[in-house]
Amino acid sequence: MSSVLVAWILRAIPFGTIIMFGALGEILTEKSGNLNLGVPGIMYLGGFGGFASAYLYEKSTENPNAAVCVLLALFFAILASVIGGLIYSFLTVTLRANQNVTGLALTTFGMGVANFFGVYLLNGASYTAAPVTYATFSKKIPHLSSMGWAGKVFFGYGILVYVAIAAAIILHYVMYHTRVGLNLRAVGENPATADAAGINVNKYKYLATCIGAGISGIGGLYYVLDYNQGIWATTDQIEALGWLALALVIFTTWKPLNAIWGAYLFGMLYWLYQFMPGLMGINVPGYITDLIQMVPYVVTMIVLIVVSFRKKKENQPPASLGLSYFREER
Amino acid sequence: MEYAVQLRHITKTFGAQVIANNDVSMDIRKGEILAVLGENGSGKTTLMNMIAGIYFPDSGEIIVDGQQVEIASPKDAFALGIGMVHQHFKLVDVFTALENIALGLDSDQKFDLKQVRAKAEKICQRYGFELDLDQKVYEMSVSQKQTLEIVKVLYRDVNILILDEPTAVLTPQETEKLFDVIRNMKKDDKSVVIITHKLHEVLEISDRVAILRKGEYIDTVETKDATESSLTEMMVGKKVELDIRRSERKDLVKRLEVRHLTVKNIEGRAVLDDASFDLYGGEILGVAGISGNGQKELLEAIAGLQKTEENSSVKFYEKGKEETAVELIGRTTKQIRDIGVHMAFVPEDRLGMGLVGSMGMTGNMMLKTFHNGRGINLDFKNPRQKAETVKEELEVLTPSLNTPVSRLSGGNVQKVLVGREISEEPTVLMMAYAVRGLDINTSYTIYNLLDDEKKKGVAVLYVGEDLDVLIDMCDRILVLCDGKVNGIVEARDTTKEEVGLLMTNLREDGERDE
Repeated sequence: MSSVLVAWILRAIPFGTIIMFGALGEILTEKSGNLNLGVPGIMYLGGFGGFASAYLYEKSTENPNAAVCVLLALFFAILASVIGGLIYSFLTVTLRANQNVTGLALTTFGMGVANFFGVYLLNGASYTAAPVTYATFSKKIPHLSSMGWAGKVFFGYGILVYVAIAAAIILHYVMYHTRVGLNLRAVGENPATADAAGINVNKYKYLATCIGAGISGIGGLYYVLDYNQGIWATTDQIEALGWLALALVIFTTWKPLNAIWGAYLFGMLYWLYQFMPGLMGINVPGYITDLIQMVPYVVTMIVLIVVSFRKKKENQPPASLGLSYFREER
Repeated sequence: MEYAVQLRHITKTFGAQVIANNDVSMDIRKGEILAVLGENGSGKTTLMNMIAGIYFPDSGEIIVDGQQVEIASPKDAFALGIGMVHQHFKLVDVFTALENIALGLDSDQKFDLKQVRAKAEKICQRYGFELDLDQKVYEMSVSQKQTLEIVKVLYRDVNILILDEPTAVLTPQETEKLFDVIRNMKKDDKSVVIITHKLHEVLEISDRVAILRKGEYIDTVETKDATESSLTEMMVGKKVELDIRRSERKDLVKRLEVRHLTVKNIEGRAVLDDASFDLYGGEILGVAGISGNGQKELLEAIAGLQKTEENSSVKFYEKGKEETAVELIGRTTKQIRDIGVHMAFVPEDRLGMGLVGSMGMTGNMMLKTFHNGRGINLDFKNPRQKAETVKEELEVLTPSLNTPVSRLSGGNVQKVLVGREISEEPTVLMMAYAVRGLDINTSYTIYNLLDDEKKKGVAVLYVGEDLDVLIDMCDRILVLCDGKVNGIVEARDTTKEEVGLLMTNLREDGERDE
């Protein structure tokens, strides 16, 4: 296998993992009928919560314990992003605020919170790091990962890459093979029907949104503590990744299993420009790279068009996506 | 006498102004078929929704099997053995029938679709339902969806089944089948409540009739002691003439000549297939057919809202210029409307087409005249006058001309829609489901309006659901089946059975005879 291709895959899969977490959380959220455009903000919250807790812990002791690092980071990343999901649910489900506006506000809010408190962590420096946590999160599987190109391609990543795949499979199973999943999909398709069937619509919307936010937040954590090598700097890229995760949700037609290959495909396309010279002998001038990085969005648009042309009901967004539900509405 | 449900002094309001139910006390007996009869906006559905746990009463008591209960959600209602089939089906489109049945089942039981299937099949057998459990809901016909709704409710072992206007969307044959099922349920000692405003059905199926008027409970009578006119009187509060006025045809002038009109849907199937007929000024041509057999496409094609296939032709003979035909195909909707062909279509949700819910009457009148203003300014004066006229002539109940029409009751919304089209003084008036969900009184107002238009020489094309009405009101009836014109019959000589057969059985030759 060509070494350029291997390098490309090694670049694409970690990248894909970030947006896979983001997208999986959002799929769960959207299946309950909540269109949470706050994914970028939630990923900020997750990334910041995870980094801040790990960083402060590492600073406070001489010999940070690796397991404590990981657990703390995960706990606070999820906590921070669930709070984001909770804010969103409270505004849109309980107060029935407009979902689009609330989501966009949450994106701004998450960015603001992370950057504001980030200043205290940076304390004047241009970046800070949590090296022990990074080392633990990015630890590759021993032996297996050093078995030639296959070892690298399949086993050469930190633990969260595999967690993401497992999450996709679990999400698929829950959504399509359990009562909870059936109820959840009903809530997103037709809340009035779900309500009449005795399902607690608000509970499902709250839980799906908060758990979804938690999953999305892990994407932020993975970005800072593994992909970005445990370094907190200005981290403007998280926002772009958040939007890409939202595009991925559409690309998957709301199916978690598609998120696995979809995320990796997006990763490949995103880094296409770097490997074009090596693989195809095409030289990419510097001013074109941004253009090529847009390819995932173009692909998403094509998917949208194809899906809307084929009119297959199963590939459409949940029917009540973006709408608030009020039982006594007339 | 054993009671299944007793209601005591139930009151329910929406906001400060709308009193849906006021101090209602009534009983549902065990093992009876009770019809709840009332005009639109009389609070029948609201009242039943409170028993089914959709709404919660402001005050009053609900007593089930002798116990005072609080029904805060549909789940509570199911636990008490109460199930309701709503007028707008509560089904998830992308789910199969089986998944819809399994939805919201008690979480104590194991999640096992096989078990659900076995029980559902048993119910189907017992009551004689035909249902494919693996079919997706979006592929089902209206009557299949209704069957599914009933099975879904029965699956939850209910003893009290509430059906909200179940026959509104069914053919006569399907209605008969439904009634058989209802009688079977009664034999099983279940109570069945039917909300309806179709009097002949009330008389045919029910044991007792409870009557509501303007949110208040009037009385419950034994069906065997009741007649159509006695029931109507109680429902409306005054004596109502129950014969539809039908003036004789005179001065027939050909207004529309439709030939080979074909419309294909997005999948390329002909939803309207080679339709040919003539429409005369001074007559009402009724269009009968099971819903979704091309009625909508027919009207929309004439009104210029549908893309038609080649060879389609609609010739229009303008008032005063009868010798020259105008081809309507290829003209824009506005051009067609401006030369005098008007359409009023009342969709199932009533507000979906033609009216903007958040605008008042004046605003909705303006939707069709906005281009009449001077320069860039809107002309408010004429629409307001028009709204005033419609309000007075059709007795539209609205707090003001600027109250959003979505706040009005269904009947009043429809009056606005119909009134607007009539006020334009059309040459050809096309109307679909104008009385959909309307009470008797309002329906008759609209029937008479149509008759008035006909007397004025207007050519009326009327798509209706109620065959009795079509036969009593129209001069000729065109029957659509599978998008084809399956026959045009003289309304004065035909029977309900003949039309019903034409609706369901496509004739071999497919040709029409008159």
